[in-house]
Amino acid sequence: MNGIAFVWQFLEVVLAIALAPLFTGWIAQCRAWMQNRSAPPLLQPYRMLRKLFHKEAVLAEHASPLLRAAPYALFGAMVLAAAIIPSFVTDLPFARAADAIALIGLFATARVCQALAAMDIGSAFGTMGARREMMIGFLAEPAILMVFFNAFLLFGTTALTGVVDNYASHPSVVDPSVIFAAIGFVMVLLAENARIPIDNPATHLELTMIHEAMVLEYSGRHLALIEWAASLKLFNYACIGIALFLPWGIAIHGAGLGHVLFALAALIVKLAVCGAALALIESLSAKLRLFRAPEFLAMAFLIAVLGLLVHLLMGANTSA
Amino acid sequence: MTSDLINVQMESMPSNLPCRRLRVGAVDWCRRAAKLRAGAALLLTIWGADDRDRDGRYRVFAAFLDRDQITVLEHAMDAGAHPTYPSFVEFFPAAARMERAVFDLLGISSTHPDHRGWLRHAGWPKSVFPLRRDADAAQQFAAETEPYAFVQVEGDGVHEIPVGPVHAGIIEPGNFRFSVVGEKVLRLEARLGYTHKGIAKRFESLSLHEGHRLAARISGDSAAAYAWAYCAALEAATQAACPPRAVHLRALALEHERIANHLGDLGALGNDAGFAFGLTHFSRLKEDLLRVNQSIFGARYLMDFIVPGGVAADLSPHAPKRLRAFYASLEEDVASLRGIYENHAGVQDRFRGTGTLTAATAQMLGALGLAARASGIPQDLRATHPWPPYPEIGVAAITQSAGDVAARVALRLDEIFASLGLCRALLDKLPAGEIHAGIPSAAPGTLALGVIEGWRGPVAIALETGPHGGIRRCHAHDPSWQNWPLLEHAILGNIVPDFPLINKSFNLSYSGHDG
Repeated sequence: MNGIAFVWQFLEVVLAIALAPLFTGWIAQCRAWMQNRSAPPLLQPYRMLRKLFHKEAVLAEHASPLLRAAPYALFGAMVLAAAIIPSFVTDLPFARAADAIALIGLFATARVCQALAAMDIGSAFGTMGARREMMIGFLAEPAILMVFFNAFLLFGTTALTGVVDNYASHPSVVDPSVIFAAIGFVMVLLAENARIPIDNPATHLELTMIHEAMVLEYSGRHLALIEWAASLKLFNYACIGIALFLPWGIAIHGAGLGHVLFALAALIVKLAVCGAALALIESLSAKLRLFRAPEFLAMAFLIAVLGLLVHLLMGANTSA
Repeated sequence: MTSDLINVQMESMPSNLPCRRLRVGAVDWCRRAAKLRAGAALLLTIWGADDRDRDGRYRVFAAFLDRDQITVLEHAMDAGAHPTYPSFVEFFPAAARMERAVFDLLGISSTHPDHRGWLRHAGWPKSVFPLRRDADAAQQFAAETEPYAFVQVEGDGVHEIPVGPVHAGIIEPGNFRFSVVGEKVLRLEARLGYTHKGIAKRFESLSLHEGHRLAARISGDSAAAYAWAYCAALEAATQAACPPRAVHLRALALEHERIANHLGDLGALGNDAGFAFGLTHFSRLKEDLLRVNQSIFGARYLMDFIVPGGVAADLSPHAPKRLRAFYASLEEDVASLRGIYENHAGVQDRFRGTGTLTAATAQMLGALGLAARASGIPQDLRATHPWPPYPEIGVAAITQSAGDVAARVALRLDEIFASLGLCRALLDKLPAGEIHAGIPSAAPGTLALGVIEGWRGPVAIALETGPHGGIRRCHAHDPSWQNWPLLEHAILGNIVPDFPLINKSFNLSYSGHDG
């Protein structure tokens, strides 16, 4: 490791924070196109953040410090996660501190913070949202773990940077288990990021909300941080997906400036394609009835487990 | 029968439908109601009037949809400290809220034990009754809060979710109290009346010739139905004849209103199921129709097209051809969107079996209009009690049997196609001639009833003429009064997040209900 690694690390985090709202705006734009609507401007999420930061933050009278602290904790967790995920370089000093399993723990911590804050002032909607969020969360976590195990088995490491590095050194590895893992991952991504078919980020119907119900009590800068953290979470998930399933072009350890610039361009192209694909999935599906969500996530889990089985069986065949 | 002949004065009442008016005492008020219930009549509306200036009495009226006519019961009571009339909630459950509303406005109470305010809220003190003749409409009152006792559900793990009256979206206010276990709804109680605007009081300061404009604005999505109901009542009271061409144009406007609302609802239902594609496309079709309305009738939502004595604008010579071309393209688009809805597994999974209202419940609660037809009850005045021009055109009541959200969606789609057929028939048979006739002056004190099947169900307006061409009393009734309680039954056993979808599938009017 050398000094340049810290520069990459810094750039990587700043890039994630800066690009995350753009990615959200891009998905909204694609969704609008696919539904034959005229789209909101690409930079709308930034304007939204700017507006919210300029507004006064109103808190409930009997709110505890938890309500005030949760947005910062949430945003902090997402920034930390962005530091661990290799989006365009793998030479990340922070990545040594935590592997992919710790990353899931980080997301879980953020979730718990938000759910507790939602229940803090005891409004019916906050509690309802927290309850639903925890139900989705505890079903999504095993599924994402199974997805990660697929990659770990394939590349023999639990660090995401290690997965990408090993992939670069064995580019011929194409395992059918990866396809199963990818399908499972996309399903978890939709559920974890409050997208259709599990949740509808655009809804105004408070009784159907999951994520939105938890943040109904927030305003001003707190809401801005939560919105930004939600964008970052989606961006992080997309980058995890790219690192696991589309790692071509990511600059590995010791790559030069030219390679890093190429990796950056590749990342933007890959995000644009992934965003459009997400918008397509969302436009084609209706929202599931709430109690179908467990079935959806159980399916994601099952598909990831099938991936593992396929990998083990194929492995048995080759050794035999 | 003999006692009926002795105690009951029966006379025919001016209306666009066959209508009789029975003046009854307190005992016959209930006996008649029981008899009407036994004969499967439907309660149309209840209203009260303050006639102390005339004969020192209050009156309460109830209109029923009988098999072949409308029956209006009238009961007068002396103006004591507590004028009271017998309740007939036991025969017609829908009467409960109407009786509470009559009390809030006039201070005449029924014998039903539920005396919680319904329309009043904290807008005016308990001792003030704004519809009394001596109440000053301009008077302002300080806001005061008043507790409202929702029915409590007790048990292990039962908790309440209060929703509204202020919602997360920009929609009308309604307060819904859910008692739930987990996500399952055990009980829903609605509290309405937040948009009470005092329309009945406002009518009394208008002349007979301008009332239709206020009527059209009671519930904006039913502007044509309300305006026609008002004009029908006024024309019946003055025995004015509406020219045949105007009658056809009114029906054309009413069918356009039905189609526009159905298109809007179908899009919103798709959106509430998380299928935004449906909203975009049905909204586009609705917008196309509204623009056609603007160019043909001179108003997007048909405000002030129907006027006393006829209609405000005639069709241009090339309008029928344009309309036919528009109907053809609309029909094609709706058919293809229907295919998309019906073949989309996710959308159908949300619609089917959600919010089921059985025919028996609908019958018991006296459901009206679209909600009744989706549960298999052929309640459609255009078919059962046709008024001109519908006898000439011929309408069949379309029903769906399942009573769930899917049935209400399918019924809306069926009705769009049927209404397009009616529009074509109306254009084919459009008579030539005048579109407007003069309204003779009305004799003061004439009570007339106008009943029109709007897109939601029968809209009724009871109009009493006053001296010097003024309105003495005008009561407007929206079918939402009967249909709001249906929602509380349709939700039972469903999960909380399905409520918005079920609510939208009924799409009842807050404004029309609250008055």
